[in-house]
Amino acid sequence: MKLKMYARPNGTYGVRNRIAVIPTVACANHVAEQIAAAVENADAYCHPYGCDQLGRDLDLSFNCLKAMGTHPNNGAVLVLGLGCEEILPHDLYDAIKAEQPMTELLVMQEYGGSTASIERGIEICRAFEKELAKQERVDADLSNLTVGLECGGSDFSSGIASNPSLGEFTAKLCAAGGKAVFGETTELMGAEEILRGHAATPEVFDFIDQRIKAVEQVALDMHVDLRGTQPSPGNIEGGLSTIEEKSLGGVMKIGQEKIVDAIPFGAKATKPGVTYVDTPGNDLACSLGIACAGAQIIIFTTGRGTPMGFASSPVYKVTANAFIAGIMAENFDLDLSEIIEGDMTIRQGGEKLWKDILAVAEGKETVAERLGHREFSLYRVSPILT
Amino acid sequence: MKRAMILSDIDNVATLLDDIKKGEMAVLLNAEKEETGQITVLDDIRRGHKTAIRDIASGERILKYGQVIGGASKNIRVGELVHTHNLESLRGRGDKA
Repeated sequence: MKLKMYARPNGTYGVRNRIAVIPTVACANHVAEQIAAAVENADAYCHPYGCDQLGRDLDLSFNCLKAMGTHPNNGAVLVLGLGCEEILPHDLYDAIKAEQPMTELLVMQEYGGSTASIERGIEICRAFEKELAKQERVDADLSNLTVGLECGGSDFSSGIASNPSLGEFTAKLCAAGGKAVFGETTELMGAEEILRGHAATPEVFDFIDQRIKAVEQVALDMHVDLRGTQPSPGNIEGGLSTIEEKSLGGVMKIGQEKIVDAIPFGAKATKPGVTYVDTPGNDLACSLGIACAGAQIIIFTTGRGTPMGFASSPVYKVTANAFIAGIMAENFDLDLSEIIEGDMTIRQGGEKLWKDILAVAEGKETVAERLGHREFSLYRVSPILT
Repeated sequence: MKRAMILSDIDNVATLLDDIKKGEMAVLLNAEKEETGQITVLDDIRRGHKTAIRDIASGERILKYGQVIGGASKNIRVGELVHTHNLESLRGRGDKA
């Protein structure tokens, strides 16, 4: 199957043609925000870090920002540095430029103050816009599409209707040669036996199992009941009593498919089929992890209702809870509540998702995009030392 | 008629798909929404929350989706609400470590 997408110099294909303004440190956030606010197709990848970082934590932040710069949905990149931070602006620029020729660098301590930098950044991005407007979508095989599978603000409806529908979608995507990525390690706790059955090899299961055990150990070491956060107060209000119950509903996102690979946070999914990425359950951190893995679109199921989008990838929102589908109607792309309230089947839910996601891949705007939800953050793996 | 869904044959809880009051009856549906029986509930239960469809002894495993979702921390009778007050997680229990 062919889809119309944007061809990138590194061989990937984008479903959008955006400009990424990437600050290398929090000190450049305001300037990045002002630049992106003035340019219609630009997004600011603001985050609170870039300084006071060391070792693998620093490497992970650098690699995630590089992954955003080289993300197929971005057609041009402005790396925006202050100049004295640990994420070296020149290094990040070089790393991105090697894959994305339309990359520019602006370092405030070399160029000028906030006002001058904002003006220069806007100039650069407007020039990018002119170039990007000349690019057209081309026919690309569906095997170039990676879709992130995510759930958040879960309730009883997630495991009964929206996640099983997403599982049907995943089957169609994999049958057509596409890739699916999922994470949320904490929210796999209690679903190990299901995952063992899905794992294509013992190595895949062992990796996932070890990551779940590592998260569980954190709760044990802290002498706390995980139930303080997993499930969350909203999950509990929505009928989910334990992390096991939440996990068993969440794992339905992958349907009956085999998990062909298991990779760490920040790594790219390379095999057709379903890949597990070790991400936290936290929605924003999970979105970052699956976007770094290559997801050009993220499908996000929710029962409680969550509006969050993501900077690099259109987030497509699905609910099967009729109550929230009414209250937060503008925040959903797809209402599957008829699976619970009426005659809609899980299979029909999956078919609706499939049709709509193909349209999103070819340019249909998601509600999160339309409402301006383009959230971003980095994910830290060590405490601040300085 | 109020509805409660049993997701696997071996489950000992069902999920209410409608709000229900103590003493009211619900029809039990399987995952394909076919009727498999009826139950009278002993508590007010909100939609999305669970009721026991068998008597469950304290310490017994509680099953949904045909999988263990935790253990009963009290004896639970058929028709009672099953939630955080009588169902505890068996995972991530640093408080018991």
